[in-house]
Amino acid sequence: MKGIAHVYPKDHINTDEIIPARYLNSDQEAELARHAMEDLDINFTQKVCPGDFIVSGDDFGCGSSREHAVWALRGAGIRAVIANSFARIFYRNCINNGFLAIECPGAARKINDGDRLEIDLVNGKIVNLTQKQAYAFQPFPEFAREIIAAGGLMEKIKKEMV
Amino acid sequence: MGATITEKILAAHCGRDKVKPGELVNCEIDTIMCHDVTTTPAIEMLEKYQIPKVWDPERVVIMPDHFVPNKDIQSAEMVARIRRWAQAQGIRKFYDIGRHGVCHALLPEQGFVTPGKTIVCGDSHTCTHGALGAFATGIGSTDLAATLATGKLWFKVPESMLFVISGRLPEGVYAKDIILKIIGMIGVDGALYRAMEFCGEVIDDLSVEGRMTICNMAIEAGGKSGIINPDDPTLEYVRAHSSENFTVYHSDPDAVYSCAMEIDVSGMEPVVAVPHLPSNVKSVRQVGDVPIDQAYLGSCTNGRIEDLRVAAQILKGRTVAANTRMLVVPATTEIWKQANREGLIDIFMEAGATVSTPTCGACLGGYMGILAAGERCISSTNRNFVGRMGSPKSEVYLASPATVAASAVAGKISDPRQYL
Ligand code: SF4
Repeated sequence: MKGIAHVYPKDHINTDEIIPARYLNSDQEAELARHAMEDLDINFTQKVCPGDFIVSGDDFGCGSSREHAVWALRGAGIRAVIANSFARIFYRNCINNGFLAIECPGAARKINDGDRLEIDLVNGKIVNLTQKQAYAFQPFPEFAREIIAAGGLMEKIKKEMV
Repeated sequence: MGATITEKILAAHCGRDKVKPGELVNCEIDTIMCHDVTTTPAIEMLEKYQIPKVWDPERVVIMPDHFVPNKDIQSAEMVARIRRWAQAQGIRKFYDIGRHGVCHALLPEQGFVTPGKTIVCGDSHTCTHGALGAFATGIGSTDLAATLATGKLWFKVPESMLFVISGRLPEGVYAKDIILKIIGMIGVDGALYRAMEFCGEVIDDLSVEGRMTICNMAIEAGGKSGIINPDDPTLEYVRAHSSENFTVYHSDPDAVYSCAMEIDVSGMEPVVAVPHLPSNVKSVRQVGDVPIDQAYLGSCTNGRIEDLRVAAQILKGRTVAANTRMLVVPATTEIWKQANREGLIDIFMEAGATVSTPTCGACLGGYMGILAAGERCISSTNRNFVGRMGSPKSEVYLASPATVAASAVAGKISDPRQYL
């Protein structure tokens, strides 16, 4: 998994910044994606290429429970969010969608905007190809690995129901 | 070693005697509340995965609130879809226009919140319902779909933090001021993943509505839930609103908390959270002269009858300042009717405020009171993030209903005590 890092070093980036409530009258991923991060960085969607990463500080995704935040980022092409820590509901929503929320304290300090990163899920490592560094991250808990491996919570439930 | 009320409720709902913080449990969910924004994606998921029936339609309560009465064609389509789905599923508890209201105010009012329950909703302020001794938490749409399909949901048992509120609450200082002060002390992630349990003589003396205001904002400190052990006022409230059977749980005296904090409110002053985080808390006096364009009274935090009464007390015989507009949004239809019976609606209208039908509306920047660039609003709601109530260049200051009303009269952020 390789891509470019888009670094937003501030803490507490909230779901209103990720996808403003004025767009919540839609739940279509493509529609939401057009407005991803708009109140924080109006050029966001133009900068992102499919497979890129967001790198941020503490408590990423705080605020409302809108899963639209995950869909907007995924729709915009983001492959994973790397942050010092995540807000609880956003983290749940990522896991439930099989979307990667990677806890890596200090990442936003070490990674520069535009660095090329490679994520190694098996070994729990982020390789910074630009700076020739590597950072370890918190491995996903067992239950989260199961959900991600199944392709999301609904996939898992469906399998268990049959 | 004893257990907290949260641990006891979760244990009882996963068929165990005891659970420990950090353990993963799959819990029975007693009440699933659905609103307009997060439910359609859940319905789509159920369809996509060909799950034709919800687990138990009797446990589902639907309360469209964010963009109702329908704000535009898209929101109309959204609610129409939910309405059709509810009919097909045989879900009878549907609070449509005429019985509508902000879901977290409506749910306890209509008797769906009782002690000891597990309650989930695709909305972060679901933590409100811990005020009646239930375990209630916000979830996303996939979680919602999973719960609708199976009647169960996974949780990590949270550690609990204990907040002991002691002293005597001074005049002009309210439940909202207490919770803002706590968020100011611990920060917007100070309670991340944890249950916030509130107790102490000040909580004992608070009305059930005031307790809801406190638990409502647990999420603003990152909390998974807020909770208060049930006592006589809780049971009185529940019996007046509900005919359900319930089990009351209490924390043991030797329960284990990740931390305990005592907060003496005796010398406290009214506070305001200044832009753009609920933790940027200052006393009203420290804020200084800040002119406002709009004063907003409403939401699941402070749109209940008690809140309207306090504001009306200040607005009675006074007028909203020139160049300032005031919006009053009673949180539910019943609250609206009660305010009307008590003459509060007249007081607001005479003062030059306007009163709308219940809705989430401008609280989340939806409609009915959106801010323009450069405008400033003092609001009884719960979030002052960038762009929360409109333009990303607008500002939101959070405060109690009394401070909102006082500021409307003065046209600038003002201490309510001079008007009481
Ligand atoms: S009133 Fe505001 S905070 Fe409460 S549920 Fe509605 S939008 Fe959310």
